Formats: sequence, structure tokens, C-alpha cells
Amino acid sequence: MGRPYYIFSNGRIKRKENTVYIENENGDKKAIPVEDIDTIHLYGEVDLNTKLLNFLSQQNKIVHVYNYYGFYAGSFMPRDRNVSGELTVRQVEHYLDPERRFFIAFSFVEGAMFHMIRNLREYKDTLEFQEKIKTELANASETKSINELMGCEGRARDAYYQAFNTILNNGFSIEKREKRPPGNPVNALISFANSMIYSTVLSEIYHTQLNPTISYLHEPRERRYSLSLDIAEIFKPLIADPVIFKLVNNNMIRLEDFDEDVNCCYMNETGRKKFLKEFDQKLTTTIKHRKLKRNVSYRTLIRLECYKLIKHLIGDELYTPFKAWW
Amino acid sequence: MNANIDIDFNNLKTTGIKVNYLYVCERKLWLFDRGIQMESRSDKVLMGKLLGDNSYLREDKKEILIDNLINIDIVGDDEIREVKYSNRLAHADRIQILYYLYYLKQLGIEKRGVINYPKMRKREEIALTSEAEREVEIALMRVKEILMLNKPPQLQRKPYCTKCAYYEFCWG
Ligand code: SF4
Repeated sequence: MGRPYYIFSNGRIKRKENTVYIENENGDKKAIPVEDIDTIHLYGEVDLNTKLLNFLSQQNKIVHVYNYYGFYAGSFMPRDRNVSGELTVRQVEHYLDPERRFFIAFSFVEGAMFHMIRNLREYKDTLEFQEKIKTELANASETKSINELMGCEGRARDAYYQAFNTILNNGFSIEKREKRPPGNPVNALISFANSMIYSTVLSEIYHTQLNPTISYLHEPRERRYSLSLDIAEIFKPLIADPVIFKLVNNNMIRLEDFDEDVNCCYMNETGRKKFLKEFDQKLTTTIKHRKLKRNVSYRTLIRLECYKLIKHLIGDELYTPFKAWW
Repeated sequence: MNANIDIDFNNLKTTGIKVNYLYVCERKLWLFDRGIQMESRSDKVLMGKLLGDNSYLREDKKEILIDNLINIDIVGDDEIREVKYSNRLAHADRIQILYYLYYLKQLGIEKRGVINYPKMRKREEIALTSEAEREVEIALMRVKEILMLNKPPQLQRKPYCTKCAYYEFCWG
């Protein structure tokens, strides 16, 4: 199994035989054997041709593209070879039935809140925020509609981001969470991190038969691959936020790593590189899986989450969201 | 012998791999049938392919595909042959080739079967006796039954689960 490649430089990517060449503006070339690739993330301005795309498609490799500000723009995904009509039908069935939809949607919220609280527990003076999230989790289990559920989740998330001001040092703070466009460095960092979780989850979904457009917590029309948004909820606080805390509090990322443009704040190339280095390291970190009795990476945990959802949908085993136990 | 019990072969016929999976794991059979398949990035699959491709270069290798269901590795004048990487699932491999022999017999072709284990320099002869025919029929009916289930058969630990492509799916 290959690994993700993050390309920052402007230049060109091409195929020559079974090797992918990345060439930057100065003509420096780097060769990557195709087996070594799982996903290519493009941040720079890159030229590529159909010969490369055909090759990547044939080899079942994904390309994610990000815009100038580092936000997810879209993906090239090989022709879907992993389809299961049966599973798609069951995904829809669970969407259409309000009770079944709620069960899954609530599970995602539960997993997300569990990891939010778990993060806060590591830091002093966050008790009040933990309590707020707990209250919202209790409220969420009483709600009946996805709308109300979303409301609880939103309030819990507000409390969680408020706690960032207590957690983050070195002059980083967040007044309120602003997504589009992010107005300050913390918001920019969170947005970039969330983009990365989103595309990483999407890559994992792609390797299963799940249809990424049918979702439960988010409305399927919200974004093209809304199931990715759903599953990302659990993994944002588990994978992305600890990376943010580490980078900021160890003074690894600084205010110079952000640029501002009219009214958008975004991470520049050095900032992105620092983030992705830690992010990638986190994704490849392994933990001993209690049930599998094997070491699995954080990235594999995302794949396993997809499997659990499939098992739920086909009536095999009830879904419970992943909750880090260590 | 009850070889004369009528079965509706047309309604029961299936692929060789599914008959094989019946003996490997009923759950795997169900999942595979519903298109819930695991990516084949395991070296073992690759090894199987390489073996299949290279081991018998000297023979006139004739692969045949019947009805889009039956894909026989090597068809000779009076025998059909399958090439297998290991005999870990010999029982399952045996029923698969018996099924091919059975299938051919329905088409009026009678042959013997051979399984080659090139890595172990071993070959096994397989004949379609009337007991074996009955065994195939029972297997076909069982496949049908399992595939009609609304959900996958329950999880049951097998000695080879950890080597199965579905391991993380089933046990994670
Ligand atoms: S892991 Fe075990 S139970 Fe699951 S499909 Fe494979 S053999 Fe069957």
C-alpha cells in the first residue's frame, strides 16, 4: 500500500513507463514508483496531462486538488471499480428512514464529542467547556430530528473552540469560528486541518464500496461527498486538532506562517509544510488495535470506521463510533 | 446412490469461486456475492497470478470461460487442470474442480480433474464419482441458500481468518 504525496511546488507531473515524475519550476525531477503512491495532494500550480491521469486511474490512485488558500477544491478519482449495488440500496434505505438515519447521525456526533472532551481533558482550566459539551451530548440523545441534533453539535463545537483560547499559547487565539473565509490564523489552521481530514476520509471511503454522496448527519446535498463530512466529524478532534495544539504550543508554527489577503487569512507554504509533516506523522502512527490484536495506523482506523458502517448498513453489526481508548 | 435426485441445474449454477468460498467461509461467500470485496493488494493474490501465468509455459495453456461463470485454467484432451498456490484450502479447491467437471458433464463433456501445486511439486487427481456429483449438488443448493440470506452469516473464527482479505472488515 502506498502513501500520500503532498506536492507544493509549481511545475509538472508526468508519467514515464511505470514511474511518476514530479518536476519543479527549476527543472528538478523526482521519480516516484507508482506502487509507492496512494494519493497525490496538489497545492502548487501543477500541469498534468491525460496520459498521467489515465495511468493513475488504471493504477487506482487518487488526486486531491487544493486552491490557492489551501482549501479542498476537488478530486480526480479513478473510475469506480468498487461498487456494490446492494450496499448503495441499503445506504439509501438508512437515509430515508428517519429513525435509522438518526441512529447513524447521532453516532457520528457522539464520536465527535467524545474526542472533543478527550482532547480538552489533557489541558487545565477546560472543565467548564467539557461540561458544556457533555450537556450537549446528553441533549443530543434526547432530540428527535437531525436539525436539533445539528444544533446540539453546533453548540458543543462552539464551546470546544472557545476552549482553544485556554489551550493555545504563543499569541494564538480564536474569537469565534469562522469558516468562509477564515479571518485569523487559528481559523485558517482549523480550516486547513479540516480540509485535510476531509480528503483523507474521502480517500479511505473510495477504497471501500460506500457511496460517498449518501450521508446521514449532513444532508447529501450539502457537498458532493457529504459522507466524508460525516465520518470526518469523528476524526477531526482525534487526528487534526492534536496536531494543531502541538504545532502552536511548541512554537513550531508561528504567525509568520500565515498570509492575509483582502479578508481571508490562510497558511502559506511553509505553514502548510509544517502542518502536513506532523499530520502525516500522526496518520502513520500506529496503535495496538484491541480487537484485531494488530498494530494499525490512524489512517487505517478511518478505513475500519468505513467497514463498521458497512457492517451496520448490511445488518451485520450495529455501528458504534470509534472512541480512542488509550 | 441418489445421483438421480433431480436438481434444477440452470437455477443453481454459479461461479467456481463461489462454490470454492462456500467451503472457505460462508460469510466471505455472502459478502463477495454482494460486491463487498476487498482490494487485492495482498502479495498472495499476486503470487497466485504469477504462478498461474508462468508455471506452465511449456504446455499449450488453454484457458476457457463458459457462460461467464466457469473459468478453467487449463483444458487438455481428457483432463482439466487448476493451479493452486498452496493446499491450505485443499478441500475448497477440490469442490471447485469437481464443480467444473460436473458443469462440463451437463454440457456432455466428460473429463478428469487435476490440481497442481507447483510450489509443492504435487499433483492431485480428481474424479467425478457419483458421490462427488451428489456433493456438488448439495454444495450448489447450499450456495443458493446462503446467498438468499438478508444479511451475512454470523461471524465465526476460522484458523485462517487472520490471513483472509476480510480480516479487518470482519474483526475490526
Ligand atoms: S475473516 Fe474469517 S470470518 Fe471473515 S470472511 Fe475471512 S474467513 Fe470468513
